[in-house]
Amino acid sequence: MATLGGLVVQGGQMLLVLLIAPLLTGLVRRVKAMLLRRRGPSVFQPYRDIARLLRKEAIVAEGASWLFRVAPYLVFASIWVAAAMVPTFATGLVFSWAADLIAIVGLLATARFFLALAGLDVGTSFGGIGSSRDMMIATLAESAMIMIVFTLSLLAGSTQLSSIATYMLAADVGLRVSLALALFGLVMVTIAENARIPVDNPATHLELTMVHEAMVLEYSGRHLAMIELAASLKLTLYVALIGCLFAPWGMATAGEGIAAYALGVAIFLVKLCVGGVLLAVFETSIAKMRVFRVPEFLGAALMLALLAVTLLFVSRSF
Amino acid sequence: MTIVLLAVLVLLIAVVIGVAGGRTRAGAVVVYMLSALAAAAILVVAFARVAAAPETIVLPLGIPWLGLRLRIDALAAFFLVVVNLGAAAASVYAIGYGQHERAPHRVVPFYPAFLAGMNLVLLADDAFAFLFGWEFMSLASWALVMAYHRDGANRHAGYVYLVMASFGTLSLLLAFGLLAGAGGGYGFDAMRTAREPAGIAFLVLVLALLGAGSKAGLVPLHVWLPLAHPAAPSHVSALMSGVMTKVAVYGFIRIMFDLVGHAPWWWGIIVLVIAAATAVLGVLYALMQHDLKRLLAYHTVENIGIIFIGLGLALAFGANGMGEAAALALTAGLFHVFNHAVFKSLLFFGAGAVLAATGARDMEHLGGLIHRMPTTALAFLVGCIAISALPPLNGFASEWLLFQAIVLGTGLPQWGLKFVVPAVGATLALSAALAAACFVKAFGITFLGRPRTPGAASAREVDPFSRGSIIAFALLCVAAGTLPGLAVDWIQPVVGSLLDGAVLRDQADMAWLTLVPVDWDRSSYNGLIVLVFVLVSALVVAAAIHRFASRRLRRSPPWDCGFPDADPATQYTAGSFAQPIRRVYGTLAFAARETVDMPRPGDTRAARFTVRIRDLVWEWLYAPIAAAVERAADALNQLQFLTIRRYLTFVFASLVVLLLVLALWRP
Repeated sequence: MATLGGLVVQGGQMLLVLLIAPLLTGLVRRVKAMLLRRRGPSVFQPYRDIARLLRKEAIVAEGASWLFRVAPYLVFASIWVAAAMVPTFATGLVFSWAADLIAIVGLLATARFFLALAGLDVGTSFGGIGSSRDMMIATLAESAMIMIVFTLSLLAGSTQLSSIATYMLAADVGLRVSLALALFGLVMVTIAENARIPVDNPATHLELTMVHEAMVLEYSGRHLAMIELAASLKLTLYVALIGCLFAPWGMATAGEGIAAYALGVAIFLVKLCVGGVLLAVFETSIAKMRVFRVPEFLGAALMLALLAVTLLFVSRSF
Repeated sequence: MTIVLLAVLVLLIAVVIGVAGGRTRAGAVVVYMLSALAAAAILVVAFARVAAAPETIVLPLGIPWLGLRLRIDALAAFFLVVVNLGAAAASVYAIGYGQHERAPHRVVPFYPAFLAGMNLVLLADDAFAFLFGWEFMSLASWALVMAYHRDGANRHAGYVYLVMASFGTLSLLLAFGLLAGAGGGYGFDAMRTAREPAGIAFLVLVLALLGAGSKAGLVPLHVWLPLAHPAAPSHVSALMSGVMTKVAVYGFIRIMFDLVGHAPWWWGIIVLVIAAATAVLGVLYALMQHDLKRLLAYHTVENIGIIFIGLGLALAFGANGMGEAAALALTAGLFHVFNHAVFKSLLFFGAGAVLAATGARDMEHLGGLIHRMPTTALAFLVGCIAISALPPLNGFASEWLLFQAIVLGTGLPQWGLKFVVPAVGATLALSAALAAACFVKAFGITFLGRPRTPGAASAREVDPFSRGSIIAFALLCVAAGTLPGLAVDWIQPVVGSLLDGAVLRDQADMAWLTLVPVDWDRSSYNGLIVLVFVLVSALVVAAAIHRFASRRLRRSPPWDCGFPDADPATQYTAGSFAQPIRRVYGTLAFAARETVDMPRPGDTRAARFTVRIRDLVWEWLYAPIAAAVERAADALNQLQFLTIRRYLTFVFASLVVLLLVLALWRP
């Protein structure tokens, strides 16, 4: 089933998300800075940061085990493979059958599992606080995400992301209550999973508030580069996911010409830009929550998604 | 069949050897080796018999007119594989682990008896043999729980276990009595053909849930399990948690799917609601534990919930004639039975290794063991990933199948199921996510960080037998996770025999051994490809970075925001790790309360922080029952001190009352 063209598209998609991911992070930072009437760094600053980190020596705490050094690569690889399964500019990816949407959620959970363990490895209090809070947030975010997956797969009759995207592209989907609820839930999960305001603050190093940053506090050099890149990739993945599910227009389908693919890439970049700007505006307009308000936020996401699923179970017309 | 019977006989001979030579090291090794061989023999035979036709044998033992009927069909063969796989590994593990035993003569004789009892339950083809094996299994495991009887907590655990086990057997006894009917057809073949009235069948469901559920650990009958499982020696804990609970699942499947054989749709709701509550409460309880073995035992409760979700869905789908969906749900449940037996045994072996190496079960006294016990740590990590349902290991594969079955639930016509099934899906997702948190805690606090006590700092890697069992099961987790299609195919004869021939499509034909439960367009998952992709991309990226960017590494003190503290007590503890989750879920589930006692400024006494967690099930259900029994016993106590004349009067009165009842019963 793997034709050469398909392999090229699959490989191109993996490279594209990898190369574009830091740009999205840079864009969000830049727009946030501009909204605060600051000049802000160039949108290409994340690339420079990663290149700089890669060149530096890695400083590893005494008493850190092999897990600490392996985790960044495993985290990165899990998220990259998950991102490879999400259609960005073209549907019908060659390897999309290897992992459906539930498996993608699972791969992201695997990445988080290793990162949380790495946070505990050195045996510092900050690593622990980060791991424990991140896992608490994940318990709600992940179950909300699974319920969103249920909503989509009940509508499309499939948990396969390509099939869902194809279904969403078809004209007769229309406006549905359950889809709106799922979109709300997915946006909330995206914010929580990517450690954005109001759940977590990617720019903070204040002891009481940091979650993700506390977990990776001991990392430096190439290890930190991997984790930063993985975080950018995850954000790209979620934006691409929202794009492919709720704005599937403009994606090339298998067998179309080069022009269609080029158009698909261009439209994907536009979607990423829109997503990044919206995220920046949202983050600027809201205050960070206390950690123990987060469960209410994510509980709402879980309830919205559960409501969407129940609506679909009870009636096929919502 | 002959080989299986011979193997059971070998186990019984091992009991005799254990009684005679259990105090000596050589005697213990002989017993464990015999057990391992017997279990391996049954394992090999049963593995081949899953797809074979049923085989029956009647031995001239037991009740005279009934004999001892034994039968291996697909269902029994599947569970024989699960039980004896765990038993073989535990026996090999015990050859090494057993040398740490303080009182081996309290463990060695009962161990093969426990194995023989479990095998007898699975082989039984009549109610008498089943109940005999069940009690044999319960009592042998009770004796093993009481191995360290000088500890008061263990005696309490043994007492609670004995009460609950007796209650469970009583329920099963009544269930079989109802199934046998007035004619007294105690053979399973007679029960299979008899069709009970709806009311009687419902009573059988309730009794099966009480009897098998109390052994499996369904909420609220789970209270004995986290007390008893950790109290036994670790290889026995592995068997009790990983395997004996599966015998209980077998009992439920045998009664409900095989002997009763028909179920109205709303029975599915009952099973699903209990199962979902069990899954979530089990993992929440587990998160609150600091004792490694008790955490694992509580987590068994969660997995039993997941298995019963599969069974409940299969009942609901089956009642509506949705054969394929029922087959999917049942396959998911049975696959999870197998998976849980593997990774829970693995984790208990690991906990036993930690206990042998450090002398501590409390996670707050451990830490940093990944440096001192690298093999055990790696295998335990594999078990943690598998049990947390993370791809690409086996726990994810079975839960993925279960999620697929839930998605098929829209086809259910009844309103009740339409509301319950999505809620069950949410609880399943929640419990999977909580399980990940639970095992980050279990692995992170035990094996990572810095050693919290001198015992943990001076731990040594365990003996080769223990390591062998641990590694073998870790590899099995990877194999079952990456090639789930083969396991699913292997289970299909069992599913077909229980669901009138409804099975999933053949998975071995799928390209690249992908798991495709229903249709390619609908859902597919390939653990092997995911594993290879993740490993290859991690290796390629790491190699590229080391080649082209930087490979220098410097060790330095931890950064910790500029204030590293050399004292290991400043690390996060198990209690502090669970604190956010306790705040979020525990206030509701356990009425958890935190109190901070802060001294006033200038006061030099220490500040205190206390957490109170209440087991509401125990307080609301068991404590009132225990109090009522106590009051009744007190009230009846005076009956002990009557004259013989009074006693005779009582005997006469009760005789008259019974005769009256009999006369009124039969007009």
